[in-house]
Amino acid sequence: MTTTATPTAGGSIADQPRFDCRNAYVETLADLAQTDHRIVGVVNDSVGSSKLDAFKKAFPDRLINVGIAEQDMVGVAAGLANGGRIAFVSAASCFLTARALEQIKADVAYSNRNVKLCGMSPGMAYGELGPTHHSIEDIAWLRAIDNMIIVVPADPIETAATMRWAAETEGPAFIRVSRMSVPKVYPEDYVFVPGKAVTLRDGDDVTIISNGTVLWRALVAAEQLAEDGISARVISMPTVKPLDIDAVLAAARETKGIVTAEEATTAGGLGGAVAETVVQNHPVGMKILGVPEFAPTGSAGFLLDRYGMSPEGIADSARALTR
Amino acid sequence: MTALAPEHVTIPLSARLGPDASRAERVASIAEAARQIRIQDLKLVHYANAGHIGGDFSAIDVLATLYGAVLNVTPETVDDPDRDRFILSKGHVAGALYITLATFGFLPREDLATFLKPLSALNGHPNRNKVPGVEANTGPLGHGLPIAVGHAISAKLDVSRRRTYVLTGDGELQEGSNWEAMMAASQYELDRLTVIVDRNRLQQGATTRETNDLDPLDQKAAAFGFAVVEVNGHDHSELLDVLSSVPFRPGKPTFVIAHTHKGHPISFMSNNAAWHHKVPSAGQLQQALDELGSAKSTSSNGGTSA
Repeated sequence: MTTTATPTAGGSIADQPRFDCRNAYVETLADLAQTDHRIVGVVNDSVGSSKLDAFKKAFPDRLINVGIAEQDMVGVAAGLANGGRIAFVSAASCFLTARALEQIKADVAYSNRNVKLCGMSPGMAYGELGPTHHSIEDIAWLRAIDNMIIVVPADPIETAATMRWAAETEGPAFIRVSRMSVPKVYPEDYVFVPGKAVTLRDGDDVTIISNGTVLWRALVAAEQLAEDGISARVISMPTVKPLDIDAVLAAARETKGIVTAEEATTAGGLGGAVAETVVQNHPVGMKILGVPEFAPTGSAGFLLDRYGMSPEGIADSARALTR
Repeated sequence: MTALAPEHVTIPLSARLGPDASRAERVASIAEAARQIRIQDLKLVHYANAGHIGGDFSAIDVLATLYGAVLNVTPETVDDPDRDRFILSKGHVAGALYITLATFGFLPREDLATFLKPLSALNGHPNRNKVPGVEANTGPLGHGLPIAVGHAISAKLDVSRRRTYVLTGDGELQEGSNWEAMMAASQYELDRLTVIVDRNRLQQGATTRETNDLDPLDQKAAAFGFAVVEVNGHDHSELLDVLSSVPFRPGKPTFVIAHTHKGHPISFMSNNAAWHHKVPSAGQLQQALDELGSAKSTSSNGGTSA
């Protein structure tokens, strides 16, 4: 499954306009709710931060606001699903996944309820608000839970595509919805396929596997590597769980090493998933880029750069693996 | 000696009486179902060598009343979207729930012989994906009430008259998630939601009073916007009246404080924290069975008032 990135004439993807994925999220949710009466939103007072004001206006009864109460929010979503509804929980990822982790495990995943957990403003989107509001751990926490599909869309197109898939697919899912603006990475007719990687750029020297807000940076890194004569494969891995093992192992066999890059902790995220796969099947050199600590004060962009996920930083890690 | 076997499954099928039955017949039939559930539960816990007999016995009269005469759900309507929902928040009394579901025909009685055995569907906590009639995979405390609130909101959105019942332990109310859910229940005016608290005043190893006192529970629930009713949780007549009369106040969810005793009505178990998850010996099993047998001809009121 190979798609070409969308470099337009005269410029890098880095120069393209940027978008807040929450807009695609709410527009798609409202669109879906129009035709599927089962869809409801469930929030913890997070109407504004989830940009759900228009949804609330259009479907006043179908936006369930339990107040600032995350455990109740996820339990209520499971109960709504018991009553035949499709519950899209929409809350800041840090509070949703940390405060309600046991409800996510027992009421949603283990009970197998049709609840879509939409983690808004994940990673370090809240920047200067600091580690209490960062959600770098969410993927690692939820990846340890059985029966939980984890999707980290990279741009507004993939965000919308993931939402459409989620609405028509029965069962639990966690979808990370970025706040930090990103350029479009995918063509407009992109269709999300769960568990499938997308090779955005072919290459046979080294592989970069990424998703979410870091994916476009990986594409720029590949452009820079190409200038040095290094051919880097860029694999988009929107589904962290279940992982596209075939795509990972092909990269392990066909290139000299794998860099993973994500706006999440270096322990147990996409990098961990790729490493677990590689080490048990086809060991190859790896570099796991992510956030290894409670981050100091700074914007998300500044912090990504600091942790080696500027395009230059990603390119350096990839270059090292080719030596 | 202590290995659960098919011959230890002795519970009969309990009939749910039709609309023509008198109130007295209905109460008597609930009482007999409760007695049979207790007899079966003693054997289950003794031979499986595990279980939560104390909490089972404090909750069985509520379970028998709900399934015997209150809930609009039968084995045939277990997937009907408009069925009433019962959510067992105190998931550790799964044994009592399984036996109740078996006696009312939701799952084959012979399955009870697999209770807690390797690969059995009958885990120590209920799994809705494996046991028909189970609405939520509970076990961690403080989960049932939020789920019940969510379901009650869905019923309201559907403009359905289906009801939601949730049974919680009393110690369990120390979990803050319950109070989050109670605020939402009140905000959404869920008057077809009924919370039943198994108020046996004992938690794992001590009284609720000694641990983290819940009183005045009635005033707390009222302050959270509930219509509060107190009943003897072992009196089938009172339970039937209260649980089939909700809502008590339009627009308000109902909070039933069911005063119970752990281990009720067995003389050496009743109100004794040691029986939270103790297993009766062969001698204790016999004595308890004798006590239940001798209680057969007495009134439905289990005899202990709260």
